[in-house]
Amino acid sequence: MADDKTGARVPTVIADDLHIVYRVNGARSGRGSATAALSRILRRGEERGVRTVHAVRGVSFVAYRGEAIGLIGSNGSGKSTLLRAIAGLLPAERGKVYTDGQPSLLGVNAALMNDLTGERNIILGGLAMGMSREEIKERYQDIVDFSGINEKGDFITLPMRTYSSGMAARLRFSIAAAKDHDVLMIDEALATGDRKFQKRSEARIRELRKEAGTVFLVSHNNKSIRDTCDRVLWLERGELRMDGPTDEVLREYEKFTGK
Amino acid sequence: MSETTHDGTVAVGAPVSPDEGLTAAELAAKYGLSVSGARPSLGEYVRQLWGRRHFILAFSQAKLTAQYSKAKLGQLWQVATPLLNAAVYFFIFGLLLGARRGIPSDVYVPFLVTGVFVFTFTQSSVLAGVRAISGNLGLVRALHFPRASLPISFALQQLQQLLFSMIVLVVIMVAFRSYPDLSWLLVLPALALQFVFNTGLALIFARMGSKTPDLAQLMPFVLRTWMYASGVMFSIPAMLEDKNVPSWVADVLQWNPAAVYMDLVRFALIEGYDSSYLPPHVWAFALGWAVLAGVVGFVYFWKAEERYGRG
Repeated sequence: MADDKTGARVPTVIADDLHIVYRVNGARSGRGSATAALSRILRRGEERGVRTVHAVRGVSFVAYRGEAIGLIGSNGSGKSTLLRAIAGLLPAERGKVYTDGQPSLLGVNAALMNDLTGERNIILGGLAMGMSREEIKERYQDIVDFSGINEKGDFITLPMRTYSSGMAARLRFSIAAAKDHDVLMIDEALATGDRKFQKRSEARIRELRKEAGTVFLVSHNNKSIRDTCDRVLWLERGELRMDGPTDEVLREYEKFTGK
Repeated sequence: MSETTHDGTVAVGAPVSPDEGLTAAELAAKYGLSVSGARPSLGEYVRQLWGRRHFILAFSQAKLTAQYSKAKLGQLWQVATPLLNAAVYFFIFGLLLGARRGIPSDVYVPFLVTGVFVFTFTQSSVLAGVRAISGNLGLVRALHFPRASLPISFALQQLQQLLFSMIVLVVIMVAFRSYPDLSWLLVLPALALQFVFNTGLALIFARMGSKTPDLAQLMPFVLRTWMYASGVMFSIPAMLEDKNVPSWVADVLQWNPAAVYMDLVRFALIEGYDSSYLPPHVWAFALGWAVLAGVVGFVYFWKAEERYGRG
């Protein structure tokens, strides 16, 4: 854990024996034929045609103000699911998450509307986050500049479906980062940008931490975790395998993945 | 500082702090932390929703314009779609099937077109409601906002769509010698009540559709049956006249919400469509349906607020 400098550390996120279960419709037998579906409906017993995936199994931790926490683990280990649960976007099967204020999640799939222009997406995204029209107008230029969308021409007035995946990810991050968050969670959003953009976002993350927020960062890039985080949670198969200072956990993790 | 135990987890020597020994719940209570994603109280929910009113409006407008953003004719389709719709119904029911009995011919075309537009308003609100949550899971899982924003926004989008249809409707009215007068103002309360009713339905179906996406397949059939039973293309009393049924049957059929709102808009706009076509207590029913659907829909939707986004 991060060292105790001030003596009075204020928790911002508490996860208490958290379990998350996904329910997937129509994936029971893997066969999609109509007769198979019918026989599933007719067969009684456990929930019909529904398969469950136990994605997070009993995770507990406490995060404090001013901490930047990295989440690592192999693909499918439950990192993104855990973040969504902290944000209150996925209901918990068992256990609870307590948070200070409303955590914001910034993921690679954060949906914006592809048919609309980048300009409209900035306004809608800001409004959905609860910003007022004046606040958005005030920060609009900053958001555009930060995203770097307009560096190669006037792209902000084009529909988002014309953007490259990197451009779309940059715009999403810029919109979410425009607001001051108590708890900000970033789900591999930095991986898509170019080096210049990654530098800018890392600087913005440090700024957010200084404003006494807590930042969670999911990344498969151990270097960016080392650069920005002072504490790391290591998830494997939905369980918390390790929780400690960045160097220690990363050393174990690299040993585990055979690097 | 840390030590690997036999099962691979790491025990961390926690610094001594005054919070030592508190359970998670006690710690949360001490620092005023709240359960993430918990359902707010009904009053608080209304307040949050009011705070997002700009989002609801902007989202509905964005969806409306995005609808035709790939079409070459663009926003012209806002008007062309209802016009073509009305033309098809007139061709089939007015000319081929002759469903206009009991209605003078210069009343029938406005009658039919009004019916189609007003029913489409309810129909598309319900269909949009079914997919409001299940079709926007990405948005629901990415951002935090009161979920009722989505079905309300979709109902609002349909209201704006209807306003475009109204442009077509005014042209048709004038073409068939129903000229603007004071009674046209009655359209406003009628459509306002219908909008509340539609929003309530959209909220109900948004919750049901989030749990059972199959509804998106089923609802078009239910709605089509409802349309044919509500007298969109024929007058209910005229149809039952020679059928030897008691007169209350016609009243009951005309008290169905879709028929009530259609009749009120027709009554307001069409010159030859007077109060003899209306069932008794029609305004009371219009208000009753709106309040019932609006309140039940809102509370029903709110009850599952914390569960949207699973699946």
